[in-house]
This record gives sequence, C-alpha cells and structure tokens, in this order.
Amino acid sequence: MQLQIRPKKPPIIVRPNSFLAWIGRAFMILLALVVSYILIRNLIEKPLFFVTNVINGLQLGFVYALIALGYTMVYGIVKLINFAHGDVFMVGAFVSFFAIERFDLHQWPLKIFPTMNSFIAIGIGTITTILLSMLVCVLMAVTIERVAYKPLRDAPRIAALITAIGVSFFLEYFGLLDFVFSARFIPYERPFDVVTWYISDGIHRMQSGETPPDNAIVVSNILIIIILSTLAVLLFLQFLVHRTKIGVAMRAASFDKPTARLMGIQVDQVISFTFAIGAAFAGLGGVLYAIAYPSIKTLMGVYPGLKAFVAAVLGGIGSIPGAFVGALIMGQAESMTASYISTPMRDAIAFTILILVLLVRPTGIFGEPEKEKA
Amino acid sequence: MKSFKILSVLVASVMLLAACGGGGGGGELKIAILAPLSGPVPTFGEMTRDGALLAIEEWNAKGGVLGMTIVPIVEDSQCTPDPAVNAANKVINQDGVHYIIGEVCSKASIPVSEIANAAKVIQMSPTSTNPSVTVDQNGVTKTYIYRACFIDPFQGLVGAKFAYENLGYRKAFVMVDQANDYVKGLAENFKTAFTDLGGEIVGEASYTANDTDFSSILAQIDEADPDIVYLPDYYNIVNLVTAQAKDKGMNVPFMGGDGWDSADLNLEAAAGGYFTNHYSPDSDAPLAVDFRAAFEAKYGKTPDALAALAYDATNLLLAAIEAAGADDTDKVATALNEISFEAVSGTITFDEQHNPIKAATILKVTTEGVQFETVVNP
Repeated sequence: MQLQIRPKKPPIIVRPNSFLAWIGRAFMILLALVVSYILIRNLIEKPLFFVTNVINGLQLGFVYALIALGYTMVYGIVKLINFAHGDVFMVGAFVSFFAIERFDLHQWPLKIFPTMNSFIAIGIGTITTILLSMLVCVLMAVTIERVAYKPLRDAPRIAALITAIGVSFFLEYFGLLDFVFSARFIPYERPFDVVTWYISDGIHRMQSGETPPDNAIVVSNILIIIILSTLAVLLFLQFLVHRTKIGVAMRAASFDKPTARLMGIQVDQVISFTFAIGAAFAGLGGVLYAIAYPSIKTLMGVYPGLKAFVAAVLGGIGSIPGAFVGALIMGQAESMTASYISTPMRDAIAFTILILVLLVRPTGIFGEPEKEKA
Repeated sequence: MKSFKILSVLVASVMLLAACGGGGGGGELKIAILAPLSGPVPTFGEMTRDGALLAIEEWNAKGGVLGMTIVPIVEDSQCTPDPAVNAANKVINQDGVHYIIGEVCSKASIPVSEIANAAKVIQMSPTSTNPSVTVDQNGVTKTYIYRACFIDPFQGLVGAKFAYENLGYRKAFVMVDQANDYVKGLAENFKTAFTDLGGEIVGEASYTANDTDFSSILAQIDEADPDIVYLPDYYNIVNLVTAQAKDKGMNVPFMGGDGWDSADLNLEAAAGGYFTNHYSPDSDAPLAVDFRAAFEAKYGKTPDALAALAYDATNLLLAAIEAAGADDTDKVATALNEISFEAVSGTITFDEQHNPIKAATILKVTTEGVQFETVVNP
C-alpha cells in the first residue's frame, strides 16, 4: 500500500529473490501449515462445531465484504483510504432504526393494502427501509466528498487521508451528542422476524422455544439474506464496472485521470459516483449488521470499518474480487480465533493479518505491483 | 431552600411532639442526610431523602431514640466530591452531628468518609458500592464508616446460591469481560461460590466491550451444554448475547447482576433470565410490604431500591444507637459490628470490612417485564 506522497525514487520493493523475501515466504508457509493443522485437527475432532464456526464466519465475512467494497473502489479511483466509510455504515444502521422505530416504514405496504400477503408486504417494507438507508448514506457520502475531499484533490495524498480521519471522528463524535444518536446502546427492532432452520436429517423449520437436536446445524434467514444481498451486489458491480459506460469511465479515471479528462470523461462526476456506490453498499451493510446483531450505538462502525479495511488490503486494495475474498478470509479468521483461541484475541489477529500482509505482500492477494505512470 | 422548608416543617413537628410528650428523656439527636438533590442524579437524592425521613418519622412517632427526638438535617451533596465535602464539614462543625446518612454516589461518599472517620462521626452510606468507602488505601477498615448495601462482587455469591439451591442447576458457564472490574468481580465470586456449593463450571469465555458478534461463544456454550450461563455485564452486552442466543434456538437461561436493571433491557430476548438486585418493590417479605405501604401513603409514589436502602440505613443506625445505649459513636460502632438487624432488604450483619452480609433480591425477566422472584440469603 502506498499512502505516501509519490516518491521521487521508486519505492523499495522486496525483490522476489532477496534474502528477506525468502524468510518472509518461509515464515508465511510455516504459519499456514500450523493454522491448517489446527483447523484440520478440529474439523476431525468436532466436525459440527467446526461447521457452525464456518457459518458464523460467513455471516461476518459477507457483511465485511459490503464495507470492503466501498474502501477498495474509492481507493482504486482516487487512491484515498476513506476512513469515514465505517461511520457511513453506522449512519445506515441508524437511519433504518429511526425509519422502523419512529415511522414504521417497514410496515407501510400493510397499512395501505391491509389484505396483502404479509410475507410480500414485509419484504417490500424491509426493502424500502434498506433503500432509504442507502439513499441517506449516498447523499451523505457525496456531501462529504464535495466538502472535504474534492478541495484536496490536487493536494498531497496524505492531506486527504488525514482529512478522512477527521471526517470519521466528526461523524462519530457528532453522533454521540444527545440530540443526534446519543451514546446509548439502543435495542434495534428488526423489520422482520428471525426464522431459523436446523439441518440434521433434512431441513426443519425451528418453532419458537424449540431446541434443535445436538447434531444439527442452525441456519437463519438473516444469514441467507446477508449472503444473497452481498452476492447480488457483487454481480451488480461486475456488470457495472465491465459492461457499462460509467464503468469504463471509472476504469479510465482509475488508470489515468488527466488522460481520462482529455478524453472527455467528467472525472469529478465519476469520483462522486464511486463514493455514492460505496456508501450505498455501506448503508446496506449497516442495516444488515444491525438486523444480525440487534443493538446499535454510535461507535458501532469503528471496528467493522477497520476490519473491512484490513480485508480490502488483504485482498489487494483497489481490486473488487480481492475485497470480497479478503472479507471472507477475515470473517473466518475472526470466527476461528474466537472459537479456538479466545474471543479477545480476534481483534489482535485481525490487525496482525494487516501487518503481515503489508510486510510480506503489500499488494495483497489480487493486487498487482503498482506500475509507474508517466 | 428546599432543605430549609423541610427543616422548618420538621422543627415545627418536633416542637409539637415535645409539647405533647414531655415525659421523655428530652434532648434531641441530630442526624445529617447527605443526598444529591441537584446535580446529575437528583431523583436518586429525592428517593434517598424520602426513605430516610420516613424512617426518622416512624422512630419519632414511637418516642425517638433513647428518649431523644431525632432531628434530621438534609444537605444537598450533588453526587460530587466538593459539595459533599462542604456539606459534611458544615454538618459536623456547625451543626455538631455525630451521625451521617449518605452519600449516594461512591465518588462523593469516599471523601466524606475520610472527614467523618477523622471526626469520629458515624457515616452510613445507603447505596455506595465502591469497596474504598469503608476501607482506606492501606486496606484498613475505617472505624466509623458503614454501608447498608452489599458491594458488587457479593452478588456473584448470591447468584450462585440461587442457581444451585433454588433452581437446582449443577453446570454453569461463565462469560466475563476481563477489562471490566464490575463484571470480573461478580464472575469470580460466582465461580468460587458455585464450585464450593458442589456445582461445576463447565466453561468460561471472555470477550471485550467492543464485541457485537457473540456467535463463537454461543457455539462454545452449545458444546459445553450448561444448565445456566452467568453473564454479569450491563444490559447492552446482555441484549446482544441473549438476542443471538435466541436466534440460534438456545434455551439455556442467562443470569446476571444489577447491571441488567435498565429500561433498555431487551425483555423479548432476555426472557427466562434472572438477575440479582438490592431490592424490589414487589418483594413479599412482611417488612417490605409494610415499608411500601407506608412510603406510598406518605409520598404517593412507589419506593425504589434507593428509598428502601436509605430507609434501612437510617433504621439500622438508630437501632445501633439504641443498642449502644448512649449517643457515643465508639459504642455505636461496636453495636453496629455486633448487630443483626431485620431490614426491608433483608437481615443485615456486618463483616470486618463493614460491608453488610445480607439477602439479595432475585428478579426474573419475562416478556411482560421484570418480576420479583424471591429473596436469597447468603
């Protein structure tokens, strides 16, 4: 990752055949062997417990993916780590909270058409709530971009980075004020009921108060919704970036802004659009996260934001598939650490991954070493 | 201004009483009440004052203590060290009191306790739970300082007893936030007490206050298959953990301490859980029923834990003065050390650190609300 002002000399890259790289590589291979040994042993000992952990990790990983996409897209196009992204995620959760708690927005179809099938009505109501959250996040992100980042477009990159941290703190501590979101932990009312199934001999829907048998794997509709929405978002992004005009413009702006401008691309609009898309996904992630872990607070975006950032770096910042794969790995790493080592270790492991990636392969899994542009 | 009003009313009533009684030993006994009537927690202060004044009124109606009429002096100590110290100096030096009920907040009670202890004035805090209120930095118990509430870690002991004896559970799982002293204290005491009783701790998991995803710990709980999970944290963590447990179809009951006591507790998720607390207005103990009736008749509102503990603290102090047989703080302190007093919130005796050994109230969480379950003696 290169956050510094473009250096005069090419940055020092660990050459593939140098001694340091060999040590790094050997260390990584050793680490991978130890980790896979522990995991495989646990898989054999208690396969069910292992599968439960994988499922828990998937739920986290897919939410991280939604946030990581925003980090990676914005970085890809303006080379800015938008640290306020985690707080946009928080705002998404709060907007849906107010929509549900104050205005019953998730029940509007039932109020207008009382005879409607309740499943469809709740579905439409929930989607409306999510869309509203996404819209508010988009407006906020575009405003932030215009007010805080655009004036710094030609300033050194570090200035924009520090501004991003400032914006992040502003959102967090403005939100802590009593007349905004307050510092309380707020119980979140879910727009729909949780339905869980357990899989032992076939799939059974769990009744309330029922305890699943010992050899069952429990899956909830929240997990399925999170996975499906994230996959939909990914497909949409692939289509957007590779098959549409704005996608071409985004790729062009990412590759070379001055030339793109000469070719008639409205680079500023493309950048705003990128921020908007990233914020929309963060808003969606915020709502899904609040539904999955139904207690919200103003600082809820800090840790998921940082972990999604690690995921983006791990996958190769700037790469969309990289962000997704990185997020899934982060989700599993957290879940496995919490289950097989200890829960307080999981944050430490997450940031250790960041350090290791930066030391051994700064470009991440999918990233390519940065080419010097003319 | 408020205290002046109360004072004048009381002086008037004292004069009236003196006029009617006449035959008693005469004289008056001043008791200072330091309560936060303004500042961050004024409702705490009002409840404390009302509870203490009710006790004094009842004693005066019975003829006072040792034939002396009790004169309360109410001061606003604001739950803040400086005003509390000023109030303590005022009542000790100007009014010449030998007994102080208060303060409510530990951070105000601690500086007051230093002044009171140096002046050989008995201080009885109704609700300050910090251990340093009765013990100084060197671990020496302050001779003249007592409290009427149990300290936090004590709840772990009562919780263990309730889980083992009343609920008949033998296997417990403990969740603990290692960075939070309150949680750690309760959890440690629960573990020791539960194993001493003969129960088994089948697992323990720690987490941090920043965690939102508890699925890994819940998977461990599912593996360990305990009868009960002890989670002595505040309501915010309780809400997250219990909601996720319910989503996973786990029916194991959770149990905690007074950190659960909040209007924001998610009743739907935490239903079936229990927590320990100082007092519940729904308590069915005869003394508690009488106290609630008297309090409601006088003030037209339901007493809370603060009112009950202030009432207990005042009664406890006056009973000790009567047992000592003289207005002498050394004798009263000795009497307090030996006392076994029937209070609203349970029978109170003191340990060597002047912390009461007393019953705790167990509350049960249901989807309709928090209900009184029982009172458990240690």
